[in-house]
Amino acid sequence: MPNYKMSLLCCGGTGCRASESVRIVERLREEIAAAGMDNDVQVVVTGCFGFCEQGPIVKVIPDNTFYTNVKPEDAEEIVKEHVVKGRKVTRLLYEDPDTKKHISDSKHMGFYQKQLRIALRNCGFINPENIDEYIARDGYEALAKVLQGTPQEAIETVKKSGLRGRGGGGFPTGLKWEIASKSPGPEKYVVCNADEGDPGAFMDRSILESDPNSVIEAMAICGYCIGASKGLVYIRAEYPLAVKRLQIAMRQARDYGLLGDDILGSGFNFDIEIRYGAGAFVCGEETALIHSMEGKRGEPTVKPPFPAESGYLGKPTNVNNVETFANIPVIFLKGSEWFASIGTEKSKGTKVFALAGKINNVGLIEVPMGTTLREVIYDIGGGIKGGKEFKAVQTGGPSGGCLTKKHLDTPIDYDNLTAAGSMMGSGGMIVMDEDDCMVSVAKFYLQFTVDESCGKCAPCRIGNKRLEEILDKITKGKGTMEDLDYLKNLSKVIKDTALCGLGQTSPNPVLSTLDNFYDEYVAHIVDKRCPAHKCRALRVYAIDPDRCKGCTACARACPAGAIKGEVKQAHVIDTEKCIRCGACFDKCKFNAVIVQ
Amino acid sequence: MSKIKSLDELRQMKARLESEMDIREKSNNPDKLVQIRVAMATCGIAAGARAVMNSIIERVEREKLPVIVTQGGCMGYCYAEPTIEVKRPGEDPVVFGHVNADKAMEIIDKYVLHGELVDGILPVNYQTIQEKI
Amino acid sequence: MDTIKLTIDNREIEVEKGTTIFQAAKQMGIDIPALCYMKLDNLGVENRPGGCRICVVEVEGRRNLAPSCSTVCTPGMVVHTHTMRVINARRTVLELILSDHPKDCLVCPKNGRCELQDLAARLGIREIHSVENAAVSTYKKDTSPSLKRDMDKCVMCRRCETMCNDVQSVGALSAVNRGFMAVVAPAFEQRLVDSNCTFCGQCVAVCPTGALTEVDHTGRIIQALMDPTKKVVVQTAPAVRAALGEEFGMEPGTLVTGKMVAALRRLGFDEVFDTDFAADLTIMEEGTELLDRLGRFLGGDKTVKLPILTSCCPAWVNFFEHNYPDMLDVPSSAKSPQQMFGAIAKTYFAEKIGVDRKDLVVVSVMPCLAKKYECQRDEFKVDGNPDVDFSISTRELASLIKSANIDFLSLPDEEFDAPLGESTGAAVIFGATGGVIEAAVRTAYEIYTGKKLDRIDFKELRGLDGIRHATIDFNGTPINIGIAHTLGNARKLLDGMRAGMYNFHAIEIMACPGGCIGGAGQPFHHGDSSVIKARMDAIYREDAGKKIRKSHENPYIIKLYEEFLGHPMSEKAHHLLHTHYFDKHD
Repeated sequence: MPNYKMSLLCCGGTGCRASESVRIVERLREEIAAAGMDNDVQVVVTGCFGFCEQGPIVKVIPDNTFYTNVKPEDAEEIVKEHVVKGRKVTRLLYEDPDTKKHISDSKHMGFYQKQLRIALRNCGFINPENIDEYIARDGYEALAKVLQGTPQEAIETVKKSGLRGRGGGGFPTGLKWEIASKSPGPEKYVVCNADEGDPGAFMDRSILESDPNSVIEAMAICGYCIGASKGLVYIRAEYPLAVKRLQIAMRQARDYGLLGDDILGSGFNFDIEIRYGAGAFVCGEETALIHSMEGKRGEPTVKPPFPAESGYLGKPTNVNNVETFANIPVIFLKGSEWFASIGTEKSKGTKVFALAGKINNVGLIEVPMGTTLREVIYDIGGGIKGGKEFKAVQTGGPSGGCLTKKHLDTPIDYDNLTAAGSMMGSGGMIVMDEDDCMVSVAKFYLQFTVDESCGKCAPCRIGNKRLEEILDKITKGKGTMEDLDYLKNLSKVIKDTALCGLGQTSPNPVLSTLDNFYDEYVAHIVDKRCPAHKCRALRVYAIDPDRCKGCTACARACPAGAIKGEVKQAHVIDTEKCIRCGACFDKCKFNAVIVQ
Repeated sequence: MSKIKSLDELRQMKARLESEMDIREKSNNPDKLVQIRVAMATCGIAAGARAVMNSIIERVEREKLPVIVTQGGCMGYCYAEPTIEVKRPGEDPVVFGHVNADKAMEIIDKYVLHGELVDGILPVNYQTIQEKI
Repeated sequence: MDTIKLTIDNREIEVEKGTTIFQAAKQMGIDIPALCYMKLDNLGVENRPGGCRICVVEVEGRRNLAPSCSTVCTPGMVVHTHTMRVINARRTVLELILSDHPKDCLVCPKNGRCELQDLAARLGIREIHSVENAAVSTYKKDTSPSLKRDMDKCVMCRRCETMCNDVQSVGALSAVNRGFMAVVAPAFEQRLVDSNCTFCGQCVAVCPTGALTEVDHTGRIIQALMDPTKKVVVQTAPAVRAALGEEFGMEPGTLVTGKMVAALRRLGFDEVFDTDFAADLTIMEEGTELLDRLGRFLGGDKTVKLPILTSCCPAWVNFFEHNYPDMLDVPSSAKSPQQMFGAIAKTYFAEKIGVDRKDLVVVSVMPCLAKKYECQRDEFKVDGNPDVDFSISTRELASLIKSANIDFLSLPDEEFDAPLGESTGAAVIFGATGGVIEAAVRTAYEIYTGKKLDRIDFKELRGLDGIRHATIDFNGTPINIGIAHTLGNARKLLDGMRAGMYNFHAIEIMACPGGCIGGAGQPFHHGDSSVIKARMDAIYREDAGKKIRKSHENPYIIKLYEEFLGHPMSEKAHHLLHTHYFDKHD
């Protein structure tokens, strides 16, 4: 094989592909061929670099130059200037938002500095469609080592590492494996839960797109530990790229004998099948997931029995999330002590988060447990967009809670987030600023859980709908203080009585906003005012007479005929007639229409 | 494709595959490695920089030296091409001029590996592109 | 027996391992309210989806409340069944369920016998918090000849689904849609008539609310009885008399044959006849068919299809038409007793009294809802006029009696009218699983062997086991008999037969648990298998008390053949008393 002197790593994750990264790769290859350098320079399609805010990313190796927001038409310049002449294309470099300086090496960017990448170790580094690159990075060595010892030893290693489930529940992984290994039965299953459903979350997708072999290897290790020869990956059909890469990796692993019969000459047989989900959020719940794979309606059943005792087809089944699996090989390569040295007392290792919302650096990050919310939001996330003020951060997906300024210095781990009224969840992190109305935020999440409820149990099926209706009523200015009492009682009862994790956590956004932003609720109800000016029905529009030029644009735009005034004289809005559509606000060129 | 039948076979395979990944591995930890930058502008290439760079890369790969080789643009020493800049970890960079393949080997033997300076050092009177950025 | 100890409401109890909190509490006399939970002891079926969350209890050390119906007791568990936290949760959840339930109790078919209504009363719900214009989930109404679906009233207890899938293996009903719009329906929310529903009605039998009910014909019956130009006759199925009394507060298993006849007469029916008469006729035809096939089979005829399958049960007929279209020539071609009765009434009887068939209204009282579907099948009509005009359930008859202010309990015992009211003990036992085949054996044995039976009771054919088999010695020829009740067991039996597991000459199949006595038109038994057992005992008691206990000895049957039909399986009998089946497989 040729010894390349230079590599261009181009992100082939779903986000960057949507921004033409496939075309960028083609153009780079064309330009390199045109320069006659095909034997010296290779273009590698990798998985996600995480810094999606700045994508598409092209990273030049060996000098570690990190080009951002690359377009296909930039390929020529990158090749002619950087590859041929060694001159960096400054305009494509990342600009530090504080210092306004260009930073060439991603290692020096705030976004990457505080990150520690274990689960994402190969993301943006290797070509996910080439198993050789995974093997070159110690791939499958963990499996080989495990196969030389006993399953009990391997389970012990996972237990000692302190790894907990990354899908949301935080159940100790080693213990889960141990229970499944002790469940009697010749036929057992390893299931990888890739039914990522939180809005805005793409941790699992990225791992499968960027490093599918790490999951395959971990599933095989798990199979050996619990005594299963069959693995199933339950993945949503909306992840075609992840599916494709997983299929390629499985095929390559089979070719090398890393899946199939007699793996690495050990006599251990293990293979994996892919099962497609149709994208129902509740199918991320492990019993619902199993029913879905069995061809039944995707709805949860009461636990116990846990899948470890009676899961897929009634057989002992171990279900772990993608990110959990991605941690496994490293634990065996570097040792459980090493892994356990990272993180907090009860939460070990790192956690991947999908940063989204009103934050500068939207993207995928991985930080050691115990990193504070402040570090994540300000150091890695680069602070709030547009210099606005931080208001809240929502963790744990739609059933998590909203945390506020007072929680910013809370070290992130399972127990701290739960104690603060939210949860770890699978790793969604949505940042909100002063313009976000917390009642509307709670309503938004309730709408999601109402849409995604399976309808099996009454509290979730009907209760969440009623919560949503009351929140809607409040945002329309029709709420009463009694509604707040009922909201609270209903939320508590739903948490207390719902069948599965979805329903038991769905009122969290309501309860946490009631706890942390009670005044905002009261403002909506008593003052008929939305402090963030988000709730349309509560907006009061007025015209600033000093700014109004009397151009009549607003009056002409008003569908309710609520604006009166002479040409070239200040106009006035009749608030009785105003239907709060905002047309005048959008029309005014002089910022004379104001929202009170 | 042949199956891998043991941990040893896996490791042998890994050793074979590693070299391809080498430049990426090293670029992950550049601060701990010696960085050699070959000036590859028009002047450098005309003076034989490509042959120099190839010989350095071959040696580095053959002997698995803790060295990362990159190409750079014109450093402004057109009179002394080919030039290479060598930066040992924690030290200031040193630029050598009139480097041919043999000279390059000497630089590696003495300066890169042992920190012994050799002839042909050019006075540093510029900022690197990286510093500028 | 492995046992564990736990504490419920401050009392210690020792229970068998695997017992749920709900069952453990029940053993202690603690009644935990529940809605979706249902246990059918005799079927080994337990519906506990954990969906209604009414039966939640507090378990010390547990974060949230536990559904007692599906939480298994663990050693040392400390449970509180009625704390304020629990009561608040139950009331709040029930209020939620009521907030998405129509409030038309006054005209609901389940008014007064609705489990949701009872629960609301028990938990003292007086008010339903809701916002103005709160959403309610509404669905298209679906009416079939037998069953009505008003799924606005569905509480997603999933009992119907359990019956349709787990018990009957029909698979017509399952949960569709998600979240607030989740409901139980045929696939793609088809109408029942377009699905593979057999109209067995077991879904109706377990529905706690008015979501699933029978099509009510009482109004039509009143109209017919009011019409002076019509002659209205009624036939009553054997299982009705063993259960009707329950509707009037009598103990399950009380036989009310005489009172039922008296009540029907007071309602104004011109003739009160008995489906049992037609049951005897069925035995003559079906028994003869069995002997014919058996004789040819034993004689080496390879074309003959055995075993012969009974065809009295209309849900079973629908079931094999949908699921075993390749076996349409295997069941007996004999019509069901209801339809034989209709055919004879509108020919033989109508001629006898000189009334045109169009002016003769035949009403049947059945323990069954599928009979409503059966009587409107096209092959049972002559020029559009059905042999049986209306089929009403035991429950509908009770409702008619009540609305006519008839004091059922103090009615005298009266006799059926002749000629279609006379029957034998063999006909009575049609009402219980195994009864049809026992009746057939009584007649077939005597005809086949030419000998008198020295014993009439074939106890080996009786009982409540889902699948039973027995071999009866026909004077040296062993006749293998299989019996199944519930369609799920029927499927198992047929599939086992196909797989070569069994070698039967005759099989009786009844769709409902326990046979017709457990039919979907009977008074609700709420899963109490002792009710089924009591009705069954009543049936066999009635049989034992009959003077004539073999169908071929029924003097009116003998007379019918002499005067009208000729002999069993004659051309006329074939025309009037036999039918054929259709491939309904999609």
